Amino acid sequence: MTFQTFLLKYGEIGIKGKNRYLFEDALVRQIKYSLKGVEGKFNVYKSQARIYVDCLSEYDYEDVVEHLKRVFGLVGICPVVRLEDEGFDRLKEEVVAYMKEMYGEKDFTFKIEARRAKKSYPKNSMEINCDLGEAVLENLKGSSVDVHKPEVLVNVEVRNEIYIYSQIIPGPGGMPVGTNGGAMLLLSGGIDSPVAGYMISKRGVKLHATYFHAPPYTSERAKQKVVDLAKIVARYSGPIELNVVNFTDIQLYIYDKCPHDELTIIMRRYMMKIAEHFALESGCLGLITGESIGQVASQTMQSLAATNEVCTLPVYRPVIGFDKQEIVDIAEKIDTYETSILPFEDCCTIFVAKHPVTKPSVKRIKKSEENLQDKIEELMKEAIESTEKITVRAF
Amino acid sequence: MKEIYFDNAATTMVYEEVADKMKEIMICDYGNPSSLHLKGMQGEKYVKEAKDILAKLLKVKEKEIFFTSGGTESNNWALIGGARGGKRRGKHIITTVIEHPAVYNVTGFLEEEGFETTYLPVNEQGEVEIQTLKDALREDTILVSIMQVNNEIGTRQPIEELVKVVKNFNPQILFHVDGIQGFGKEVFYPGKTGVDLYSISGHKFHGPKGVGLLYIKEKTKMMPLVFGGGQQKGMRSGTENVPGIAGLAEAAKISYDNHDEKEAYLRELRDYFVEEVRKIEGVTIHGELAKMRAPHIVSVGVEGIKSEVLLHALEEKHIYVSSGSACASNHPSISGVLKGIQAPKEYLDTTVRFSFSRFNTKSEIDCALETLYNIVPMFRKYRRR
Repeated sequence: MTFQTFLLKYGEIGIKGKNRYLFEDALVRQIKYSLKGVEGKFNVYKSQARIYVDCLSEYDYEDVVEHLKRVFGLVGICPVVRLEDEGFDRLKEEVVAYMKEMYGEKDFTFKIEARRAKKSYPKNSMEINCDLGEAVLENLKGSSVDVHKPEVLVNVEVRNEIYIYSQIIPGPGGMPVGTNGGAMLLLSGGIDSPVAGYMISKRGVKLHATYFHAPPYTSERAKQKVVDLAKIVARYSGPIELNVVNFTDIQLYIYDKCPHDELTIIMRRYMMKIAEHFALESGCLGLITGESIGQVASQTMQSLAATNEVCTLPVYRPVIGFDKQEIVDIAEKIDTYETSILPFEDCCTIFVAKHPVTKPSVKRIKKSEENLQDKIEELMKEAIESTEKITVRAF
Repeated sequence: MKEIYFDNAATTMVYEEVADKMKEIMICDYGNPSSLHLKGMQGEKYVKEAKDILAKLLKVKEKEIFFTSGGTESNNWALIGGARGGKRRGKHIITTVIEHPAVYNVTGFLEEEGFETTYLPVNEQGEVEIQTLKDALREDTILVSIMQVNNEIGTRQPIEELVKVVKNFNPQILFHVDGIQGFGKEVFYPGKTGVDLYSISGHKFHGPKGVGLLYIKEKTKMMPLVFGGGQQKGMRSGTENVPGIAGLAEAAKISYDNHDEKEAYLRELRDYFVEEVRKIEGVTIHGELAKMRAPHIVSVGVEGIKSEVLLHALEEKHIYVSSGSACASNHPSISGVLKGIQAPKEYLDTTVRFSFSRFNTKSEIDCALETLYNIVPMFRKYRRR
């Protein structure tokens, strides 16, 4: 079956009152972005509270659906057969042909639901329903009508052209990216942070990201892996501004001056500070991390409180209550998992204490940080100034 | 900044003459050697020429030369083909604990087919001792596979003596030599030495990747590994990689021109490097007291700095080396090269490999040494507490 158009349904954004056009425009923009990854020419437009994608050239159906399924805000994707109006008899033939190809010999119940936007059409919607229903019943042996709970709801919309569709492929839900401000994701090469970014992005938030690398303790490949992960997340979120911070000197300085078992917590506090700096610089309204309570020593309630303490922006932790397997499931679904498990070190293990503190007190940590007074401001400034900025696009 | 490439045991730059020749074949003389027409004959001519060159260099017969997709395939074929070919005589295979994965992962596979493997230990220099081989030989031994030069530490095995031991015990036992790190670095005649199977990889001596060679001594009972259109006398099907084959032969020819001079140059570079790098405290050279060794590989243990960290630190200065990791082995009965030579524990994950080519210079070595003098003390400061 060849479909000439996709009718896209959106959920929550329908209820946003006067802001609605903002949401619709964002959605159209994201659909256009996502279709850049597909070969072919498409026209995306809104009309009468719906969004349509007209296919102007040959295209790969699976590929288009796959890409549309990544656009947050869409709840349904309906592949549409679009026809010129060449009289009712012709329409009957087309509907019967459509039904045969889609449902063939199967047993199913159906209902025709016609909408007549073009009021000059010679039949009204009730008449269309009856006559088309009759034609389908006559020609498809397995079909029977059920007007209350049909298995197949066949929509026939009469506009300047006629649209036929009966399938609704579920979309990802959520809200279109760009409708809820921006946030800064602390991105690593692990499994959790890409998932966290995806989840917040799903609520319409534009993503920025910061990655800390520590050459030569971490390799170019480890950095490339993070860029690759950002690229996968960008399929959903749109382009991501990625800050790559060289963290080596700060890390070594902390290693030199502070108790070893507090190293990770203190390091994370400085990571948060630097990430927040970039967040404020680019107008973000929050930070995002992939932390989950108790997963590792630096993610106990006490540790989270200690790292949280340095931030003024809210810190969003969408996977906070998830078990590892639940996070892995999402990572697999969004296709980051395979990349996340590539074996390049993120933050070299030489710096991790054998027994890090699991219940740090903010007071003690602050006391330890006093040892850093001499140089830390300067090192932070250097790290910020030498940060590499990469715009990561999926397509 | 200029690049300094000291990872020539991983792969090498292709000789310009080789690349030129390959380009011409790919663009002009691209015929399939199996085609009946003139264009096909042109292709066939290159393969014949290559065999001719290589047969002369190795002092073997042309019909004993077979082309493969590289060293890994050559090793796989030698072991699997040789073992299957000899399975009526027995099921016992002998190899060593320091072979390349392209050998020991194959013996692992063959064990599942019912073959049995003895993994010979090596001494602290990475050498197989004659007596251990003698002790391992059995009535049902059918195949012995021992590498010419170890890829991580550069030790050269006493192949000539080992072959004699095996052939005296039972001339029917096949002797395979993985020559991938050895070929081109020394003059070696597999046929004259009594070796039955000898593996070569093109890209280790400035030839192209994706092409290798297996020498199979005449009348050896071998089973093919790749089936198809019956090319190479049905022993190795698949359209010949004509540009690759011609490139491999050309690179071999260049490597053998003035061979002794080139080998001496490499050895001089290496000896100089070893002498200087040893002056750094807490540095050890693995296998340095071996009776024979390749002229291009140095395995340097730098106590207190993880090999990957040192590798990336050198990379920042555009110096490319390899990490000689002890955990490269994933075979339960094999322990990796460094464990195989019983390297002290503190060097197991702190060893990097420098490997030179004739294109390297003394001033490059000086530059690397200078860098090491600077960075080693710095990184040691931050060793794990």
